[in-house]
Amino acid sequence: MANPSQSVAAAQAREVQAHQHANVNYLNVDKSIKSWIYTLDHKRIGVMYGVTLAVTFLIGGILAMLVRTELLTPGPTIFFSPDGGLSAETYNRVFSMHGIIMVFLFLVPSVPAFLGNIILPMQLGAKDVAFPKINLASYYIFLLGGVFTVVALIVGKVDTGWTFYTPYSTSAAASNGVLFMTLAIFIAGFSSIFTGLNFIVTIHKMRAPGLTWNRLPLFVWSMYAVSLVQVLATPVLGVTVMLLFFERLLHIGIFDPALGGDPILFQHFFWFYSHPAVYIMILPAFGIISELVATFSRQRIFGYRAVALSSVAIALLGFMVWGHHMFVSGQSVLSSVSFSLITYLIGIPSGIKVFNWIATMYKGSVWLQTPMLYAIMFLFLFTIGGLTGVMVAVLAVDVHLTDTYYVVGHFHYVMVGGQVIAIFGGLHYWWPKITGKLYKESVGKIAAAIIFVGFNFTFFPQLVMGAHGMPRRYADYLPEYQMWHDISTIGAYVLAIGFFLAAGNLLASLFRGMQSPANPWGAATLEWTHSTSPALPHNFLRTPIVTRGPYDFHLAHDIFEEGDGAGDGTAEAVAADKGTGPDSPPPPGNVGQPIGKPPARPEK
Amino acid sequence: MGDNATLWLPEGRSTLAPSVDALFNFVNIVSIIIFAGVVVSIIYLAFRYRRRHEHERAVLVHENTLLEVAWVVVPVILVLVTFFWGFKVFMKIEVAPPDSYEIGVEARQWQWTFTYPNGAVTTNELHVPLGRPVRMNMSSVDVIHSFFVPVMRVKQDVLPNRYSHVWFQATKPGTYQIFCAEYCGLNHSAMLAKLIVQTPEDYQKWLESVAVPTNLTPVEYGQRLYQQQGCMGCHTTDGSPRVGPTFKGLFGHTVTLQNGQTLTADENYIRESILESTAKIVQGYPPIMPTSYSSLEEDQVTALIAFIKSLK
Repeated sequence: MANPSQSVAAAQAREVQAHQHANVNYLNVDKSIKSWIYTLDHKRIGVMYGVTLAVTFLIGGILAMLVRTELLTPGPTIFFSPDGGLSAETYNRVFSMHGIIMVFLFLVPSVPAFLGNIILPMQLGAKDVAFPKINLASYYIFLLGGVFTVVALIVGKVDTGWTFYTPYSTSAAASNGVLFMTLAIFIAGFSSIFTGLNFIVTIHKMRAPGLTWNRLPLFVWSMYAVSLVQVLATPVLGVTVMLLFFERLLHIGIFDPALGGDPILFQHFFWFYSHPAVYIMILPAFGIISELVATFSRQRIFGYRAVALSSVAIALLGFMVWGHHMFVSGQSVLSSVSFSLITYLIGIPSGIKVFNWIATMYKGSVWLQTPMLYAIMFLFLFTIGGLTGVMVAVLAVDVHLTDTYYVVGHFHYVMVGGQVIAIFGGLHYWWPKITGKLYKESVGKIAAAIIFVGFNFTFFPQLVMGAHGMPRRYADYLPEYQMWHDISTIGAYVLAIGFFLAAGNLLASLFRGMQSPANPWGAATLEWTHSTSPALPHNFLRTPIVTRGPYDFHLAHDIFEEGDGAGDGTAEAVAADKGTGPDSPPPPGNVGQPIGKPPARPEK
Repeated sequence: MGDNATLWLPEGRSTLAPSVDALFNFVNIVSIIIFAGVVVSIIYLAFRYRRRHEHERAVLVHENTLLEVAWVVVPVILVLVTFFWGFKVFMKIEVAPPDSYEIGVEARQWQWTFTYPNGAVTTNELHVPLGRPVRMNMSSVDVIHSFFVPVMRVKQDVLPNRYSHVWFQATKPGTYQIFCAEYCGLNHSAMLAKLIVQTPEDYQKWLESVAVPTNLTPVEYGQRLYQQQGCMGCHTTDGSPRVGPTFKGLFGHTVTLQNGQTLTADENYIRESILESTAKIVQGYPPIMPTSYSSLEEDQVTALIAFIKSLK
């Protein structure tokens, strides 16, 4: 029964256990402020990103609550102008700030810079990313861009929405603010390029021995696809900003019809970046969901290759569909028809993923812990987001639906129901790895349920009122839409309560949470099997040797040795765990050296 | 919301509406079936294969190529059907019948002006004859707007540097809502208009009643321009402030500017404010008056000044 690779695994498992109890990790290895400010540790940089992104999410969320509250009644509700009427100016600025902050300062960087930074090198069995200093630089650039953005929003009185369509955005009222705003986004974009570049090189060059492309965790595959988009699409945003500057300073007519420019050209440039950016916002969610579904079903991802390659397919096709935002903009009919067709094609790989995730649960051992609840919630909500996406890709129907609340509902189902829900799932899943603490499962599950209910009450009415013709970005509306707006607003409050409860539960665990075992979920990827929780300062004691796929739970004995992959974060399990650890014998010296030829990957 | 409105869609009042609605309903029903399948599968699998004890081991499931091919091929067929169907209806929306009745649409921040074949002009009120294809020839004088009539299922952006078009044929008389659907700044949500569909006889009668009269006095001509050129969108004649200062009692009175200066509103001040809108900004008002008024004719400016003078 015992073969060499098994005894290596056993020894490594014991070694990790010993360190888990010695409790030296990346958080407590050096506690000075300076060690954080200058840190090159990808995990600490990830944590710094995480804290910053929590702040931007909170700001964006508060702005969303203001928007929804104002829309409780037609006419003024909370935004009053000096004469007592509705202050459309306030409304327009608040919804613009909500969109800009959520898209550029939260959704785009969220997963790669935060969870990706912490988890990706560990899943590769690497000590760090390829360029740790560039990684740190990306954080400070992001911080600079973020501060710049907020200042430009407030001082520059930006009221253009996050799309900055010309010629409104370049007309007198808002133009200076918009110029600095786009410059700020351009700066933040550099941090995105840095992260993408770093990940691509890291994935190519720093995989542990034996970690072939076919054995990469699917989170890594999705990060790879996202990085490609980040590196290839973000420069277009820079070009657009440059052209805006040229037009403004040198009066060269590019977008402004008064100077002989073409405002539709701006929309092409904008969506050439921003549509791929939508995939920067959703592809990482696919990666997280793959990890969650596999781990909590104790099963290999059904159709691993199809799921992995569909991410890359989506990333590449994502560059060829930008025109579907412009069916009624005045672009040629031929363009609209072509963009519509390619848009349908991109729906197929997304569908494949959903079906494969569901099939993964078949004959699994489905463990409904909080992260898995988020994964299931994702499958429901993303399916609605995807199907409404097909609806707006239908040329004739989009003519009626575009620029209404139907589109607002659709992209919130994808961006919030997809990405944000996946982030919460990933955050709950990797929380013990990041902080070493276990949160309260019961509270986590209640929060997830509240979020699910609140989310649907917020955004489903938006689909209905949109189909009934309610245009988006309206400070005021006709009384016939009030019922839908009211349901949506009340739903938004419920959603906010759910988010606060989930966040409070996580934060409370920092002070009162039980110490987590190394692998509380019984996961099979390297960050769980070969490191402690919280992670070791250099991730691993020695470079792991990979001899199997990322979700080969049927090889449980090989992977977990005594632990058997049961994975249980309960108090009893933690106590039982404490009894065995320190007595484990010290690791033999040759652990981590390749012993002979690694066994072939089990094929079907 | 109207007699044949459904939970999902408002009433349809154009010849295009049934084709668009059929497609919408098709996609919606297929989507609901797929979604129900997804939900039922997830709930069934999560319950049937729930973890029963801590050391449970799952049986390795091998991939099933046939199944995977099936859930690629079936969606591909579905979306191709939807695509071609959508394409067919889209061409119907895009191409106006050759004998269409043409109405000019001029969009500006934040109102709609409609020009009829006999030269009559209306603001924020569009009259069309029943049962005849009507083609809108649209342009904008400032930023991008979008002409959206939900009950007709049509929408088209209105651009500053070119003409765009939209057509529909109304199937029932009545008054319907027109929205601006492309965000266009401060009062975007107030850029509304009414669509009034009349029987051909009523329409003809109405059209004659609004035909351009000759021999207007300067004050009457000014009042007409006040409505046509969109002054009324921002300036009232009853003394209440809107986006801009009211015209009532403006002439001959003292005006305080943004920089604290004061002046008396005379002919030259008003003339300058029309032709060069950002030259002197009145205190308490945003500098957002479109510069497009610089293209007004000399006699039009004179008439407007006469009209403002008359508002004591």
